[in-house]
Amino acid sequence: MTAETLHRIQFALTASFHFIFPPMSLGLGLVLVILGVKSVRTNDPKWRQLSLFWTKIYGLIFALGIATGIVQEFEFGTNWAVYSRFVGNVFGSLLAAEGIFAFMLEGGFLGLMLFGGTKLGNRMWLFATTMVVAGATFSATWIVMANSWMQTPAGYEVKDVGHGDQAFMTSFVDIMFTPSFINRFLHVMAASWMVGTSLVLSVAAFYLLRKRHVDLAKTMMRVALPVFAVTAIFQAFVFGPNQAVTVTDHQPAKLAAMEGVYQTDTCVPMYLLGWSNSATEETVGVSVPCMLSFLATGSFDGEVEGLEQFPQSDWAPVNLVFQAYHLMIDLGTIFVLISVLGVGLWIWKRKLFHTRWFLWIMVSSIVLTQLATLSGWWTAELGRQPWVVWEVLRTSGAQSPNVSTIQVAISIAMFVVLYAVLFVMFLWLMHRRISEGPQDPPSEDEIESLPDSFGEIFRKRTRT
Amino acid sequence: MWLNTTWFVLYVVIIVGYAVLDGFDLGVGMLSPFIARNDHEKRLLLNSIGPIWDGNEVWLVLAGGALFAAFPFVYASLFSGFYAAMMLVLLVLILRAVAIEFRSKSENPTWRKTWDWFFFGSSLGITLLFGVALGNVVRGIPLDSSGNIHTNLFELLNPYSLLVGITAVAMFCLHGAFFLTQKLEGDLLDRAKGLIPRLMGVFFVLATVLVAWTLTADTYIQDNFMDRPWTVVFPLLALLSVMFAWKLNTRGAYLAALLASGATIALLIATVAAGLYPVMLPSSTDAANSLTVHNASAAEETLKVMFVMAIIGLPFILLYTAGVYYFFRGKVTLDEESY
Repeated sequence: MTAETLHRIQFALTASFHFIFPPMSLGLGLVLVILGVKSVRTNDPKWRQLSLFWTKIYGLIFALGIATGIVQEFEFGTNWAVYSRFVGNVFGSLLAAEGIFAFMLEGGFLGLMLFGGTKLGNRMWLFATTMVVAGATFSATWIVMANSWMQTPAGYEVKDVGHGDQAFMTSFVDIMFTPSFINRFLHVMAASWMVGTSLVLSVAAFYLLRKRHVDLAKTMMRVALPVFAVTAIFQAFVFGPNQAVTVTDHQPAKLAAMEGVYQTDTCVPMYLLGWSNSATEETVGVSVPCMLSFLATGSFDGEVEGLEQFPQSDWAPVNLVFQAYHLMIDLGTIFVLISVLGVGLWIWKRKLFHTRWFLWIMVSSIVLTQLATLSGWWTAELGRQPWVVWEVLRTSGAQSPNVSTIQVAISIAMFVVLYAVLFVMFLWLMHRRISEGPQDPPSEDEIESLPDSFGEIFRKRTRT
Repeated sequence: MWLNTTWFVLYVVIIVGYAVLDGFDLGVGMLSPFIARNDHEKRLLLNSIGPIWDGNEVWLVLAGGALFAAFPFVYASLFSGFYAAMMLVLLVLILRAVAIEFRSKSENPTWRKTWDWFFFGSSLGITLLFGVALGNVVRGIPLDSSGNIHTNLFELLNPYSLLVGITAVAMFCLHGAFFLTQKLEGDLLDRAKGLIPRLMGVFFVLATVLVAWTLTADTYIQDNFMDRPWTVVFPLLALLSVMFAWKLNTRGAYLAALLASGATIALLIATVAAGLYPVMLPSSTDAANSLTVHNASAAEETLKVMFVMAIIGLPFILLYTAGVYYFFRGKVTLDEESY
């Protein structure tokens, strides 16, 4: 195996494992803010009880997100030195901005959020939580910006001033707001909210099935289901299709790989399931006629560019991209069905909490949403190949020339073992925490006595 | 260009921020087997840094991002050149984060003991690895003309760099012990206090040997101090701050001593930076291959944008860091949310 392949395997492996955690914490963060607002509005201790329970889980998820995230920041330098030198002027500033504006906010307030449940009143705890969630959202913003620059680079020029070719910044605003950024950001945020809320739904459904913490579980579901349903529907009908149009406009070769389109044509079908063979240039499967033309161009007989327009050396691994993409959109469709069923059972039939087969679907929803975000990310990254910066810099040759294949093989082995162990422990600890369930709520008097304004915090005077 | 120098200074500030802040929580990790004797005591130590260690480590993330943005050639050369060492750094960073998070999540004594050792070992590992890396940077590394480093883990473990690593361990242990005086009570507090004089002695001897070795062996650094005599204030102030810390310690003014030991760390890093400037990565094979603040930096436009961001961002960071530290001041106690 070549060094390039190994570098790619390592990056894909570590990025995929990392990407399990941030979407979960972004979505769960939103739920925690909602719970906090409810606490402030109603002063009912059950909201704080739920916040305490979910904040502990949030802490666990966040810790793994941070621990695995730092790997990603270092790997550009360790594994992709040529890439790092090429994009340093452009890409580095986005990562640095993430550090200055996002991580510092998260890191600073995380302690207050995780330990605030017994130390802060409702308002101040909500403030700390909101700061962490804002930090996490900024973090996602900068990272999606950086990745969008790799997909649809803008605001730069390539020059050689004695270090070989390098990208130079011509407009920072254009670098931040590349043509694909806004649509990709909305797509990722909606996906993250779905992941976070589906975690809450899974746990709530599990409690209902086991008839434990029944009232709290119903409350969790009432909070999470509307958010999940609304985002799932927006994702399927607005953010997802917008994203597809962005790819059509700016990365036509990627769209062709996603749907396995080889010949440029009008009325191109969209597959639900299928198999694409790039050697014979054939795609077979179950499809909706003319649907891709409609989604990509807005008209059923719109023209979609096929891979024949591009030299074969510029093709992504077609079937891999095809499969990842279809896994994502099929799951996206299932989420809409789950949402409609869930809301239907809840509002019209009033038996959401007793329909066991549906509750089991809810329990599995966290696995499905995780799979959907992962396959979406794989579509984006595999679809970008063979470029590391779209049509500017090829992936092959962007790796560190002074790192041997043996070294990368060893580090891959290290990450495989380490991440496997961490994942098993993570699941075990989640299982324990969920089995224990929410602890008894603090009394209203106890909550009342906690400092709940900046003045009280800094005097550490408690209300009596 | 003034921007390059400004960014060098800002970068040193970020490194100082990391070393001074994460320094004490790494120190707490390294001291924990020597101070805490039972589960309750281990938890007290762990929770003394519980709400703040994460914010401290963010300075490292910031250091990585800022290096990539401001000096991409240093970032690319150093990180790829020290590949094996960097992978070890990542390993211990991950182990430490999960050790802190996982340890108290189960009552099983074997589980807890295992993670206690990981907490200790990873704190020691991070300090040693960063110390050894810094030692190699000061000593010079085999950079070729295209900026690639060809070396291996065993070449990095040379006596000079190991001495820097061990000195860093002593320095952070001392810093951690001063920090613990603010957090512990009773027997534990006495044990922490009892370690301070010995740690100070060890650190002082190691640091003196290190400074003497550096100044006699490294002609480049010698020349730099000769050319810019005013920079001698950094090592002199470092010496002064150590003496201050000693004096304050004997008087029992531990909070002031903690600040003094923070100042020592900052001034020693400033000494190294002043000795190297304008070089960031000296080449041991040919001085012409060295990466400097001029030939390794990002373009002017990038440095400008980044400078504006730093000016906007840093005051906020300092403000809420100070706020959080103030809120969590005082002796540590355990409650339901503790680690």
